[in-house]
Amino acid sequence: MEISVGINGSSQSHDVEPRTLLVHHLRDAAGLTGTNVGCDTSSCGACTVHLNGEAVKSCTMFAVQADGMEVTTIEGLAPSDDELHPMQQAFHECHALQCGYCTPGMVMAAVSLLDEVPNPTEAQVREGLEGNLCRCTGYHNIVKAVLQAAGGAK
Amino acid sequence: MIPAAFDYVRVDSADAALAALAEHGDEAKLMAGGHSLIPLMKFRLAAPAVVVDIGRLSDLSYVNDAGDHLAIGALTRFRDLETNDMLKSQAGLLAHVASHVGDPQVRHRGTIGGTSAHGDPASDVPSALLALRATLVAQGPNGTREISADEFFNGFLETALTPDEMLMEIRVPKMPDAKWSFQKFNRRAQDWAIVGVSAVVNNGQAGIGLVNMDSKPLRAEAAEAAVAGGGDAAGAGAEAATGATPPADLNASVEYRQHLARVLTQRALAEAGL
Repeated sequence: MEISVGINGSSQSHDVEPRTLLVHHLRDAAGLTGTNVGCDTSSCGACTVHLNGEAVKSCTMFAVQADGMEVTTIEGLAPSDDELHPMQQAFHECHALQCGYCTPGMVMAAVSLLDEVPNPTEAQVREGLEGNLCRCTGYHNIVKAVLQAAGGAK
Repeated sequence: MIPAAFDYVRVDSADAALAALAEHGDEAKLMAGGHSLIPLMKFRLAAPAVVVDIGRLSDLSYVNDAGDHLAIGALTRFRDLETNDMLKSQAGLLAHVASHVGDPQVRHRGTIGGTSAHGDPASDVPSALLALRATLVAQGPNGTREISADEFFNGFLETALTPDEMLMEIRVPKMPDAKWSFQKFNRRAQDWAIVGVSAVVNNGQAGIGLVNMDSKPLRAEAAEAAVAGGGDAAGAGAEAATGATPPADLNASVEYRQHLARVLTQRALAEAGL
């Protein structure tokens, strides 16, 4: 089936099998491998991207469902090649990653969280990121980074 | 995990969805947000020949004031339920339970109609629909029919919907003065409930729905009767597992689930002011 998806601001057309998952479409057809496959069961959040501006798990969507919609991946977040998105900058400064596997999904979920709750409490950040697992147990610095990006860091 | 191949049909109206069901019969499955169906398809527990995507029927996404009840479109997402002020004030239990489904990403996609039609005893929202005495509205080739939540959920992943019917709307009585509680017991954030309890108390009557306590979403009828008979939270909670046939799995034995149902129902009724 021929679909056209806006990926990081540019419309891309591909012929896909209906059963192609969005995450595989992004990685294999669009060549954007920043979005990771973790659990493949909509638990871990490593595959989180934005669909029309909201965080979703791209392992639990078919690419055909995104036809005509806008998808943003971690590659599309930074304003330019020389500059990080404020959330990426905060992750960098707060050392909010260890192995880095969960990081793209974590950043995308955190950006979506701040869109909905601009000035979250620590508890709201922890609850807002419950769909993203970090197996390095690095939640402390991740929460710190999200609070810093929200302007709440002291 | 890759699902079995299927034909994909995207429809732009409920009529087109019903026509697709009429054409393909039980070979077809409706897909709203896909967060129940796609996992089943990835595990190859479901392999529909035709997937009818109703996810873009935005005219079925609403929460409307309909006099004595709220009318909720089947395509309303959990995110839109948990943030809806009218739902919070008139049937706060449902808004609260919706906010406990999965995680934010899941709630951006999953819908009240999808979770209802899926009929999973481990889902949170059906317990609230049972407690609130919701009515589900289905449309099929012979018109529209109303089904009580009690009659709607009738087995493991089975509902009263026939293969040629589509769930259109969920109706929830307005109860602005009711007190309510949702108790969800799990070990990890975002997990399914090992046992969950939705309870609403209004004018001395209780509605109690149980999560994961039977092969289907189940009402705790004996506990409700105990409340109607003047019982307190402890007395009614003691009856919460009566008549239930809970599953045993890695997380909990039958006896442990029965224990959880009793304890959580007592807590829920106490929090709901009983």
